[in-house]
Amino acid sequence: MTNALITKGKTINVALAGNPNAGKSTIFNALTGGRAHVGNWPGVTVEKKEGRFKYKEYEFLVTDLPGTYSLTAYSIDERIARDYVTKEKLDVVVSVTDSTNLERNLYLLVSFLELGVNSVLDLNMADILEQRKVRVNTKKMEELLGTPVVMTSATKKAGLNELKEMIIRSKDRKIQPLRIDYGKEIEEAIKKVKESLSSINSPYPVRFLSIKLLEGDIEIIKEVRGLGYERSVEVAMHEGSRLEIGFGYDLETEIIERRYGFIESIIRQCVRRVPTIEEKLTVSDKIDGIVTNKWLGIPIFAFLLWTTFQLTFTVGGIFADFIDTFFGWLAESSAIWFASIGVPGWLSSLVGDGIISGVGAVFVFLPTILILFAFLSFLEDVGYMSRAAFVMDKAMHAIGLPGKSFIPMILGFGCNVPAIMSARTISSEKDRLLTILINPFISCSARLPVYVMFTGIFFKSNQGVVLFTLYMLGIAVAVLSAKLFKSTIPKLKGPVSPLVMELPPYRIPTLKGVSIHTWERGREFLKKAGTIIFAGVILIWLLATFPMSSEYASETTLIGLIGKFFAPLFRPAGFPFWQAAVALLFGIIAKEIVVGTFGTLFGGEGALSASLLKYFTPLSAYSFMVMSLLYIPCIAAIGVIYRETNSWKWTTFITAYSLVIGWVMATVVYQVGSLLI
Amino acid sequence: MPLIFGKSGEEFEVTTIQGGKGFLKKLMEMGIYSGIRVRIILNPGNGPIIIALSDTRIALGKGMAAKIIVRKLS
Ligand SMILES: Nc1nc2c(ncn2[C@@H]2O[C@H](COP(=O)(O)OP(=O)(O)O)[C@@H](O)[C@H]2O)c(=O)[nH]1
Repeated sequence: MTNALITKGKTINVALAGNPNAGKSTIFNALTGGRAHVGNWPGVTVEKKEGRFKYKEYEFLVTDLPGTYSLTAYSIDERIARDYVTKEKLDVVVSVTDSTNLERNLYLLVSFLELGVNSVLDLNMADILEQRKVRVNTKKMEELLGTPVVMTSATKKAGLNELKEMIIRSKDRKIQPLRIDYGKEIEEAIKKVKESLSSINSPYPVRFLSIKLLEGDIEIIKEVRGLGYERSVEVAMHEGSRLEIGFGYDLETEIIERRYGFIESIIRQCVRRVPTIEEKLTVSDKIDGIVTNKWLGIPIFAFLLWTTFQLTFTVGGIFADFIDTFFGWLAESSAIWFASIGVPGWLSSLVGDGIISGVGAVFVFLPTILILFAFLSFLEDVGYMSRAAFVMDKAMHAIGLPGKSFIPMILGFGCNVPAIMSARTISSEKDRLLTILINPFISCSARLPVYVMFTGIFFKSNQGVVLFTLYMLGIAVAVLSAKLFKSTIPKLKGPVSPLVMELPPYRIPTLKGVSIHTWERGREFLKKAGTIIFAGVILIWLLATFPMSSEYASETTLIGLIGKFFAPLFRPAGFPFWQAAVALLFGIIAKEIVVGTFGTLFGGEGALSASLLKYFTPLSAYSFMVMSLLYIPCIAAIGVIYRETNSWKWTTFITAYSLVIGWVMATVVYQVGSLLI
Repeated sequence: MPLIFGKSGEEFEVTTIQGGKGFLKKLMEMGIYSGIRVRIILNPGNGPIIIALSDTRIALGKGMAAKIIVRKLS
């Protein structure tokens, strides 16, 4: 019986919206029984989290939205949340609020209500209210707001059934948009704008549109213009300046303050607070006193990072070597096996040199990336990451980036792919883009094998110093490029967005939370970047195979021809031979392949060192390393840049820019060096 | 006085917020507007500060904190 009812399609589409740290994720997990990450860094849930559960005869489809403070979209997260609530066909939006800070939390709800969204107000963290002996008259609140109210304690799983019942009861409610009285003058202005908007065909209530126009909301202005109501925008602007001149106040500010005035009056009527004794510093505050201390802040941060790296690369390295060996063995044995059953050479090569090496190239990164992500998820779930941004804010401002950009830069030393992904938490689009664009210049661990090979042959006595100069060069190019882009590219211009960031309370992360979080990111890397690496490997295999009369990756294959074509280009940089060009080309798949390519082209590991000595001088070896450091990071990084910027324009730009910079720097090094020596 | 000159542990009432429209709006929507009470949790004196809005902790850049004008509550 019940099953028949469910299949009838009684699905209720619910979204959870609210300020960061109001408890949305906790509510989501409690409702759906897990499979969503419990975040701690405000705004980390960029991905849309959906879950299903059954209650009574209904099937609930729940979406956990990124935290947001208002309907004004400042960051990608906030835009996602706003668009979802305003554009999607939802039955109910549950407005999850932190009851310990009602003023601010109700602001978002009030915005929803003005928009006419069918909302249920969830006063979460009720347990804390109880502890503090704060009483809320929910009946009265329902009356005043015209929307149902429930109280929950997500962490204690209390009030969840009431919430579900309330969602069911209110799903078909007839909604009247909430009317806040903005005072005589503003109301007159609203009326004028409303009149000019008569018969507009918009999903939003006309009053809402009018208020937003007066507030100067850019998206709404665009929307109204698009519908051919340019004149209304002008009316609103005129009214705005009339009020500012006539009454001396800023309309935007005034409207927001009126809204808060409305909220405060509701709180006054519905919430009884027992006068509290002076608030004490919480444990979190005490930890912050140490962690963000003027003198200790940066050393603590440096120590945590150093430890993370050490552990990531020692532990990850073991796995990486193992995987590398495994795929090497697999390729070899498959070749032997294919030969024994008489499979044609090209097919054997496709499987061995192409597919197996390709998949191997993806998998070799995986352990390092997963371990790095596990550490970062841990630091994030503890609540430390936002403190790190706080600590670095001042230093980063000097190079034109906010404090939050420091984390992606540091991660870049490990691997640029997760580093670029971690830029998501930066709210300003312009700062985020800049952070992504300069990241490839941070020397990742995949470039290390190239340095190791060349310094081992040409700079035996001062390997460390040479290595250090390369890393510093990467940083310098990143910093200078940031400055250059910021001063020349219009989209990146403007002051660094100032720091305004919520600091979540510290808490002990759960193993489950950290593992889910880690896996979600790792899976994304595998899926998205993996397909691109794989496709790239196949492409290069094809180039290295045809024409089939030639030996794999020899001078007369397509890739050899391409190498020969490009080789003269590197004359000014000191390495004008086709093998170097081919190695650089292969290096696009992954930088460590440069080493392997030289190995193949110069006839195996044994002959390598002698051949390199014949072709390179210490100077051209250095310029080749500079080139390897700076030109296009690798296919995976290009893929992730595209995915994160969602723009071929920026992806192409940074790829081309890095090629040019790599070539220019290598040439400068070689030419200046030649003069000096 | 601007909030940035306040000391750790002191409590204030926000009187006005000066400055650029975009960020003014963001601050207000995050719950910092005139009439609200804030407490400085940490002001190291040379960089961003941490303030408390009831149970919420917010980090504010130095520039932001200089634009928030407050009155000290004894
Ligand atoms: N005491 C208490 N803490 C809660 C409650 N709900 C959530 N929290 C805590 O509040 C913090 C933020 O919760 P989270 O779900 O990550 O918030 P989100 O950013 O809105 O998704 C976490 O530390 C939760 O454990 C509650 O009802 N009572």
